[in-house]
Amino acid sequence: MKFINLCFQVHQPYRLRTYRFFNIGQDHQYYDDYQNRHIIRLVTERSYLPANRMMLDMIHEFGTSFKVTFSISGPALEQLLQHAPEVIHGFQELAATGCVEFTGETYAHSLASLGSKEEFIRQIEKHRDRINDLFGQRPVTFRNTELIFDDQIGQTVAELGFSTMLTEGAKHVLGWKSPNFLYCSAANPKLKLLMRNFRLSDDIIFRFSNRDWTEWPITTEKFVNWLNQVPENEEVVNLFLNYETLGEQQREETGIFDFFYTLPGAVFSRSTYNFSTPGELSEKLQPVAPVSVLYPISWADEEKDLTAWLGNELQDEAFGKLYGIEKEVMACGKPDVIRDWERLQTSDHFYYMCTKWFSDGEVHKYFNPYDSPYEAFINYMNVLSDFIIRVKEKDEPAKEAKPEKRVTKPKTKAKAKPKNKGKAKPTTKVAARKPSVKKATATKPKKKN
Amino acid sequence: MRVLMFGWEFPPHITGGLGTACFGLTKGMVKLGTDVIFVVPKAYGDELHPGFRLINASDITMDFKDSQQQEFRNKINYIEIGSNLIPYMEPEEFEVLAEKETRKTSEKSKTIFSRKFKFSGKYGKNLMQEVSRYAVIASSISTQHGFDVIHSHDWLTYPAGIAAKKISGKPLVIHVHATEFDRSGKNVNTSVFEIEQKGMQEADRVITVSNLTRQIVIEKYGINHEKVVTVHNAVEPSDRQETATIRKHVKEKVVTFLGRVTYQKGPDYFVEAAHKVLKRDENVRFVMAGSGDLLNRMVRRIAKLKMGTKFHFTGFLAGAEVDTMFAMSDVYVMPSVSEPFGISPLEAMRSNVPVVISKQSGVSEILKHAIKVDFWDIDAMADAIYGILHYDGLSKLFARFGKEEVDNLKWDNAAFNVLEVYKTVL
Repeated sequence: MKFINLCFQVHQPYRLRTYRFFNIGQDHQYYDDYQNRHIIRLVTERSYLPANRMMLDMIHEFGTSFKVTFSISGPALEQLLQHAPEVIHGFQELAATGCVEFTGETYAHSLASLGSKEEFIRQIEKHRDRINDLFGQRPVTFRNTELIFDDQIGQTVAELGFSTMLTEGAKHVLGWKSPNFLYCSAANPKLKLLMRNFRLSDDIIFRFSNRDWTEWPITTEKFVNWLNQVPENEEVVNLFLNYETLGEQQREETGIFDFFYTLPGAVFSRSTYNFSTPGELSEKLQPVAPVSVLYPISWADEEKDLTAWLGNELQDEAFGKLYGIEKEVMACGKPDVIRDWERLQTSDHFYYMCTKWFSDGEVHKYFNPYDSPYEAFINYMNVLSDFIIRVKEKDEPAKEAKPEKRVTKPKTKAKAKPKNKGKAKPTTKVAARKPSVKKATATKPKKKN
Repeated sequence: MRVLMFGWEFPPHITGGLGTACFGLTKGMVKLGTDVIFVVPKAYGDELHPGFRLINASDITMDFKDSQQQEFRNKINYIEIGSNLIPYMEPEEFEVLAEKETRKTSEKSKTIFSRKFKFSGKYGKNLMQEVSRYAVIASSISTQHGFDVIHSHDWLTYPAGIAAKKISGKPLVIHVHATEFDRSGKNVNTSVFEIEQKGMQEADRVITVSNLTRQIVIEKYGINHEKVVTVHNAVEPSDRQETATIRKHVKEKVVTFLGRVTYQKGPDYFVEAAHKVLKRDENVRFVMAGSGDLLNRMVRRIAKLKMGTKFHFTGFLAGAEVDTMFAMSDVYVMPSVSEPFGISPLEAMRSNVPVVISKQSGVSEILKHAIKVDFWDIDAMADAIYGILHYDGLSKLFARFGKEEVDNLKWDNAAFNVLEVYKTVL
């Protein structure tokens, strides 16, 4: 028996607003609330809602033989709770069927695995708790941001008690080996590895509606034929996709929903495949070999390395400055500071600064608010500069004498107050609906400023 | 292939980007094996013309036979027509200038109908007359030289191109480096507009220096889009080594505006952006290099904003001074309201200076490693300047990519594209 391991990533960053240098030290409103809300609503209507409905229908139709896995990032959870709670309810319904696994990831969809081990662990645990709260499952599988993986990361993840990790079936790592097996990490054999079959996954993500492609159109029959061409002894085909592929990247008109809806039927009638989740697979299958990854891999582009997020001067400076203040942030410990620190870590910000694809683009322009990596960098650094000032200032007053504080305090306080509806922060954890109302009213007057 | 080219100025006697562009393009074409006869209204004798003919029109008589000899003696034939016209000057401005400088001798006696024009040091009483004279000379020249294509640069030479076409029957290509709309905004001079439109209509092909300009030619002049082709300008590789040793004498970072201080170049937006940056950061100096009709207003504005100790004016810079200015700069800003192309940011990048350019410039169509802002968006402009000055990653990346990008913008490529345009009309 062979398995299809279908995993979807759900993620939307907190995009930054245009934050000029003269805002530094003046206001701490970093996010483009309007844009973020707009995109969440857009993707919800086009993708998340119809896709959730479809998944539920499929589970009802095929009973427990259809399985699917989701990785939902912290920023996506927060924004969905705020602007589209019906999507979260949809996931909760799916969770209740028992056919759905939720994986762990870094809460902020961050690159913390490359920046700070402490922060990496903190975010994984925060995310695990959050998933448990919302969906009643404690993740046993880990999916790092952008499928980034190396031996060290694997070691940390194993120590945190995860049994399985998802990563890219990068050719330069696997060599002659097929991605269609269960492997284990060479650094810690307890950790099982499932490697993405990037050819079949990308056929759907990037090429599904590409009429210039010789294989267009992909029908379920054709796709099942491809699955059947996988050699006899190979055990699992890992299809890792963005959830937005359904309906957003590939619009409804392309037939993407019909494709998925008819896929299980075709698979069951015309192949020996079954659907399974990573957690189950790590118990059902035996690892065939250890895999060692010395330099981090990811699922990006041809190179399958980190260069989409790190490596050029812009990215490195921003990344260095960001993780350079980790200690101060943790020492400060205020909820609004921690919240911004997390949101600034989201990998998308670094992705916008990439200079690799001045020529190609398309894939990378997806909801990119900036015209150029230079703009992305300047804007991010303005925000980060303000954030650093905030973190350091909050450090100092504690040591200084009180009377001096009065001079600076009224300013920051007056401005910090309305946004520190940040009391909204703790509330988010408790209830879904309320903070959204509060926040909306809280942010509006500030925009006019 | 042999090309008869009409221009208005040639290095080092230039007032703007036109002469530089003509020079670079001609050199590129010569490199590709093209014979170029370049005609200018007034030659000074020290123009650079390696490998092609530069013809001095004041040596030309209407029916002369001896000029052929000169043509063969020099590989370059330089035709000069006595005129000191400035390509970007308005007829009205020209009149004022001409009035001042005209010797008392009457021009009328030596009008278009005389056998040989004597132009040296003299100016016509109005610009239009000069333009027609140039056209007459052009028709004369066109009978004396063999060529396959006529190529006219900017409106002052269009009548010359048309005349040469009428006499010789050869195809005419006109090259639009700027339009009246760029120079004057809304107050378009109708006579100039008519000359431009006539040139575009008579031409077999119209080359524009950017898609921005191409759009203006199609929309505002009503020219068939199939006839209009964009060939972006390029930049000469820097041959000056000594700039590397130039040090600035102030410890602050230097942000530079370099160009004519006129409406078209948007100097006022630079001033306002400077004000925003200085409010936040005292450790910056701003320099406005150039002169023009808005200069006094800028000086007054600086005084009013009390930025006098941080904002400096250099007046008009040329040649080595420009290189020195770039070498001292940390950021170069080109806030042009309307810029058909704009070569100066390329010169800045060639000196490893990061640039902020307006989206309303032709050069923004081809540059990747530059920060682009709307000319009116002083917040974005100030922010870009501040970003480059404060976040090291930017200048590092610009140093790595910017120069490389500019070095790849070769006149040879532009010349190749121009030759391709010729081929479509031959």
